[in-house]
Parts: sequence; structure tokens; C-alpha cells
Amino acid sequence: MTDLETRLEDRLLAALPADADYASARHVVERGSRLEVRNGVVEPSSTGHDEGVMFSVWIDGGAGYAATSDLSDEGLARAVEQASAWAAATTGRSLIDSTPLLHSVGEYVSPVSDPFDQLSLADQVALLIEADSALGGHGRIVDRSASLVRYDIRSLLLTNRGGRVAQEIRQVFPELRATANEGSNTQNRTYGAGNYAGQGGVEVLTRHGFRDAAAGIGEEAVALLEAPNCPTGTMDLILAPDQMALQIHESIGHPLELDRILGDERNYAGTSFVTQDMFGSYQYGSDLLNVTFDPSVPGQMASYAFDDDGTPAERTHLIKGGILQTPLGGTISQARTGMAGVANSRASSWNRPPIDRMANLNVEPGESTLDELIRGVEYGVLMETNVSWSIDDSRNKFQFGAELGRVIENGQISHVVRNPNYRGISATFWRNLSGVADDFTVMAVGNCGKGEPNQVIRVGHASPHCRFSGVEVFGGEE
Amino acid sequence: MKSETARDYLDELVEWASARLSGNEVLLAHLSGEDSDFVRFNHARVRQAGTVSQRTISLDLIDGRKHAEGSVSLTGVVDLDRHRVAELMSGLREQRAVLPEDPYLLYSTSAESSERLVEGQAPISADAIDAVAEGAGDSDLVGIYAAGQSFRGFANSLGQRNWFAAGSFNLDWSLHLQADKATKNAYAGLEWDPAEMAAKLAWSRRELDALGRTPHTLPPGGYRAYLSPAALREIMDMLAWGGFSLRSHRTKQTPLLRMITEGAELDPSVSISEDIAGGVAPDFQAAGFRRPDSVSLIDRGRFAGHLVSPRSAQEYGVDTNGADDGEYPTAIAMAPGDLPTDDILSELGTGLYVGNLWYLNFSDRSACRTTGMTRFGTFWVEDGEIVAPIDVLRFDDTAFHLLGDRLVGLTDTAETILDSSTYVERSTESLRLPGALVEEMTFTL
Repeated sequence: MTDLETRLEDRLLAALPADADYASARHVVERGSRLEVRNGVVEPSSTGHDEGVMFSVWIDGGAGYAATSDLSDEGLARAVEQASAWAAATTGRSLIDSTPLLHSVGEYVSPVSDPFDQLSLADQVALLIEADSALGGHGRIVDRSASLVRYDIRSLLLTNRGGRVAQEIRQVFPELRATANEGSNTQNRTYGAGNYAGQGGVEVLTRHGFRDAAAGIGEEAVALLEAPNCPTGTMDLILAPDQMALQIHESIGHPLELDRILGDERNYAGTSFVTQDMFGSYQYGSDLLNVTFDPSVPGQMASYAFDDDGTPAERTHLIKGGILQTPLGGTISQARTGMAGVANSRASSWNRPPIDRMANLNVEPGESTLDELIRGVEYGVLMETNVSWSIDDSRNKFQFGAELGRVIENGQISHVVRNPNYRGISATFWRNLSGVADDFTVMAVGNCGKGEPNQVIRVGHASPHCRFSGVEVFGGEE
Repeated sequence: MKSETARDYLDELVEWASARLSGNEVLLAHLSGEDSDFVRFNHARVRQAGTVSQRTISLDLIDGRKHAEGSVSLTGVVDLDRHRVAELMSGLREQRAVLPEDPYLLYSTSAESSERLVEGQAPISADAIDAVAEGAGDSDLVGIYAAGQSFRGFANSLGQRNWFAAGSFNLDWSLHLQADKATKNAYAGLEWDPAEMAAKLAWSRRELDALGRTPHTLPPGGYRAYLSPAALREIMDMLAWGGFSLRSHRTKQTPLLRMITEGAELDPSVSISEDIAGGVAPDFQAAGFRRPDSVSLIDRGRFAGHLVSPRSAQEYGVDTNGADDGEYPTAIAMAPGDLPTDDILSELGTGLYVGNLWYLNFSDRSACRTTGMTRFGTFWVEDGEIVAPIDVLRFDDTAFHLLGDRLVGLTDTAETILDSSTYVERSTESLRLPGALVEEMTFTL
């Protein structure tokens, strides 16, 4: 480590303008690695070291930021100067004219029981070669891959009134994919659509059985080639957790983001059918629906102690007994509305400013077993693993697709179907929630896009199997 | 750091690193950087404003057929950056020792250097804030102003140097009347003209008048529809998602699968190319290969060619045409047709004028069946006159219908769209598209 790096915290503190109404330096170092084996060939390994700092300055009702990868004293001074200039330029033109931001002190480190560094590169290659091979046991598998992606993220938030939040987060993304083809019919099967990811070390691989999953994935991809198209009609629908993750994300998470409700995203990600007056009374779902913002789940993707504005994070019910309770709004959105919220002001990295995001957003488990949910279906489909997602800009009219469906007849699973899709309207879909299982699978979505400038962020979702009644279900082209 | 300074910095850093190679090692380096201003607006006031300055160097350290790749942020401090590059190279050597030979490794050995400068003059960003606020008047404007310099550079230990720099601005906004009723527009380019920006904002305000009428709620069904260039762009983005990638074709994952398995065709009026010469993207890729001025992808409705990355070239035994690993187009262009653009409402007659589509995805990828939503500036038209805005509708249809057997025609002018995407960094991609008139488009929700 060079002298510049050793003294970085002191230099960041020295650069902060003491007389600003609020000023912060948010330094982020993200080290990543990717390893993939595709069709028996080890793809080029890659590593990444992304590092920089964002200064935010609030003065006289104006606010600005400047982010730079130039960590020299001159670079830091230039960034503070730029952020201050933006604050001056926006005074009197800003949507928000005072800062509610805190000067918090604390830290967080991802719990790791089996550090990934103990798995050598050679061991990782061997693991992926074995998994890739197991994916391709059938002649109709035309493409396959097994991969491991890791991120170690260190962030340090310093403020001009003594705030200091240090967090270290370790994330692991294991993935498997098998592609089967016959003529004009191509089918993909994956390891939970990449959603079986989380914080931790090697133990992330064992949570969902990565080492043993490959053969089954390959077999199911081939089975889908032979399967009939998903039936069309209005019927009961059971969603597996790896489809629920997407359903929660798109039709609960995004609509409850307070910055969308306030209109910030109307030019890009969209608005929301939810309005401020609905909180506390609106029947979002049936009384079986309980949704939490929970940054305390060990090993879940977006567990943390503070958001990127330095707001302490705690478990909060967003929907309780089906009634809408609390929006996904960070400290700034809370100040803009006078509403309670959560610590969800997050940035994708040092080069983007925090905005309201999802973190860990979970549907709490119910009391039925999965067998009981299935037995309660006269005719319907169980869908597994998201493959397609589309929803309107108010987060209401949606259409989602899954990799694999299982038709349920007279309370029993009868056969596999391909290209299962369903469509609905968020405002009524969740009210048709007719069963919640007692299982609880902790997952992630690694590609949530939002914001101007654009940001991709990694979020956590956990869910049981859930059953919905009266859903419009259909298949693909014949 | 100015573009020229960044270019010199890359040269010097790669020369320094090349002097530290051992044996037969070859070093490939790719620099990506920008100095950008971003101003975000809501209710015609500033929501967030700031500057981002970033540089990242990516290295591929090769010895024979073994190699490893890595990237690191650059600080601009020579000693620290040399330390980081040396540390990265050391780590890559350690990894390379463990990894097997790569049968698909291919990199440029032509030492063909190049330069592409797309220089412009953006306004001082604080002035842009004033101009936007003044132009919006009392309208409810939401959007993003992004401006500044982007650069990409390639350098290797064989002496090849390629440089791309672009100075541009992109003001992307919507004006909102109520709830989801809004118009969408953009002013993007190289030379900022306050009068042109004001005219575009004034046009957006006039469009709002039509949105004030009571919206039509249309039942699901098939409707004659005109897709504006912005709406057609969303369809093209879906085709670009594996549609032209050689790897996607060979692994049967392309949404255009039926073109290769069943000989399916689009309408003969549809010709699509990767038009690097007409776009604003770099004319080289990360492994140092140059991109040709144009690659024909669809020719008069028939599949014509692939985008081929160096890895795919090696894997499938064909020549690369300078595509990056993802094999996505960066400057896609569709040839215009013969429908008079100025009379498009008359050509539509009665049906839907679709200003924008939103959030598309495949409902059956193998069949290129796609779903998505209508969004900004979408109207019901009767006898060539705009009647009312519509409440959003979901479509679910295939490109083989929309650009195939149900395509009435394409407009006689094509619009250039500079991509406003800013994920990780400001995009250098663009599209040039006409509008499309469709006999029937299927709406489902």
C-alpha cells in the first residue's frame, strides 16, 4: 500500500469543507472476480479493482456532488471545489432546500463462516469444470456454462461533523446454465436465474446446493424440449421462490419506492400507482401478505447496518396483514414527505449519488406446507425460475415468464410445460394471494436498474412458495 | 484530465508496463474514461447535480495461449497508478499460471493505429440549468442533462495505439400533465444551440395540449399502429439482444432463430446494418480489432450477417468484424422506406400513434415474441387526426409480424437517436431509425 493510500482517511477528512451545512466523503473500493467454464473451456478469468470517492456538499439550500477516481490531494481538492460549485449553482433552484442527513458512527462486516479465499483458484476451476460437465450430459444441450462471481466491497462514509460509517460486504454469485435445442425450440434452465446469491463465503454455494445442482438443470432443459406448451386460461398459480423474487421486486418493491411516488423517476424508471395517502389504509394484498424491509437477515444480499446516506437500518414492515404500512424512502424522501421510511438510500458505487432503492425486501413465511398449497389447486400451474419480466411505468400491468411450469390437476402435479407466462395487475394480483407456504428461501436480484444517471444495484429478496387464484396464464408460440 | 492528456497518460503507462514484460509476454490495455456533468430535474427544479471523473484501465496479460484479464481504476497519480498496474500484472501472472490454455484467444497483431475524434462544445452546465428552467416555464419537467467528454483508448506492447474521444451533451426529458400522461423528447448532439433547445421544449409543451383530452381506454385486441423511431428503437433493442450475435446463433439462443432454422424473413423493405461510420462509437474494440464502416445484418428482409467477436471468430472459425464480447451493435441503422414522414397521421388513418414503448422482454424468445408497454406520447388517431391520449396498453407480438407480414411501410426519413444510457459510464452508442406503420399490432392487457 502506498503512502497516499495509507493516509487516505486523514486526507478525505482534511478535504471536507468544515463550514458547509453538510459535507461528506464516501470512499468505495470494490474488488471483483469472475471465473467461468463454458462448454468445457475455461473462459478468461477477470479481476476488477474499482475505487473512487464522492464528495457531497450542501450549502445555503443548494447541493452538489463530485466523484473522482483521482485520489491525489489535488484531485480531492478539485472534487470538493466542484461539489461546492454545484451547491452554489443550485441554490434557489433545488427541489430540496435543506439537508436532513445524519452524522452517524458505526460499522458492519458481512458474516462469513467459510472464507472464499480458502478456495484456491485451482479448486474453483476444478469445481466449475465438474459443474459444467454435469450440465451437458445430453446431446441436445447446445451451450452450457458454470460461473462464480465475487465482490468484496469496502465503503467509508465520513462527514464534516464527525460521522464515520465503515462497512465491508462480501458477495458471491454462483451461476449455472444449460441451453437445449431442437429445431426452432430452444429452452434454457438455470440455477435460480442467478438469484441464489448472497453475502458470505463458500457457504453461499452450499445454501442452495450448487455442487449438486448441475445434472438436474441439464436434464430439465432437455425435458422442456419435449414438454407441451403451457396451457392458456384463468387458473390458480403457484410461484416458486425463484419466481417470487421477481414478482416481489417488480410489483411490490418498485411501486413502494418513495422517490418514484414523488416523481423523480418519471422520465426513466417510471412513477407508481401507489400514492402517499394510501399508506396506513390501502389493502395491497390479502391478509396473508406480510412484507418486510429487513437488512438484518444473515447472508442476504443487501444486509447492512447503514445505508449510503449514513441512516441506521432496521427491520420494518412495509405491508402487514395485507395493509400498506411504510414506503421505501430514505432520509431525504422522508424529509420531503414527512412520512416514516427506511434506510434505503443506496448508490451503485462511488460514482453515483444515493437514491431510494430496494435492499432486502422479503415476503414473510405463512403456515401452510407446499403440499397443502398444491392440494388446494384443482387446475393450475406451478412456475419456477424467472426468465422474462415486463411491467408498465406505474408498476401495475405486468407480464412475467418462467423457465419451467408444472401443471397441477386435482391437487397433484401432473406434468412439465414450457414457456409458462402470466399477466396481471399489481393492484389486484396480491389481493388474490390465497396461500403462503412455511418455507423461506433467501435470494437476490443482481441487476436492478434505476436512476438518472443510471445505476445497477444488487438487492435481496426472500420468499416462500405462494399461491394466487384467478390468474391469466398462457404459453409461447406454437 | 483532457482527452489528449489522458491519451498521453495511457501511452506512457503502457510503455512503462511493456518494459516490465518478461519472455514472450504480450500486454493488451484498454482505457475507458469520462469527465461528465449530470443534472437531474424533477418539477423543473434540480433534484441532484454533480460531476463524475473516472478512468479505468483493463489489461489482458498473455503468454502463448495462456492469459488472464483484470481492470483497475486510475488515479492520475503516476506513482500510484504504476503501483496499481504492477500489482494487477503480478496478480494476472499468478492466475495465468493456474489456468489452462485458452483455445479461443485472439488479439490484434496488425499494429494498426487509429484515431477518431467526435469533438463538440457543450454549454457550461450551470448555464444549462438556467436554459432548462427557462425553457420549461411552468411545465412539470423531469429529466437528465448529461454532458462532457468520454474517451476510449487501446494500446498494446506491440506498438498499436487507437484513440476515441467524444465531447457531447444529451438532455433527455419528459413533460408531465397528470399521472402517467406525458410527452418525451431529447436534445442531444455536439454543439449546444440554446435556440434549438428552446424550440424543442416549446414543441414538447404544445404536445401537452393533446394530452389534456380525456384519455381513451382501449380494450385488448389488434390495432393498426404507427411506431415512431423512438418506439421502434425499443423493438430494435430486443433484436439486438442476441439477434445478430454469432455466438447466439450458433448456440440457438438468438431471437431470430426462425430465420436460420425455417428461413423466416422480415418484410423486403427492412434492411439493418451496424453503421460504425455513421455513428458516434469507437471504431475499435477491447482486443484492438478495428471495426469496419458497416456490417450488413438484415438485407431486404433476409438475414445477412453476424457481429463476430474475436472469441467467436476463433471458436467458430470465421473472421472477426470487431464486435466486443457481447456482440451487440453499437450504431445500428435501419434504412428508411417510402412513407412520407410528414403525412404519417394520414397514412395511419385510424389507429394508434405510439410515441414510445417501454420495458420490453421476450414472452417466447425462440419465436421472437415480445411483450412491452406503451408509454409517453401515445394517442388514438381517427381519420388522420389525433383524438385523445390512451391509457397504457400491453402488447405481445412478434417482430416477424411487426416488421414482417404486417408491416405496411417505413417512413422516408430516419432519425438519429443518441443513446442517453449512463450505466457505469455515458454511452457512446446510437441508432438511426425510421418510423414503422403496422397493419395490426396485438395488445393483450
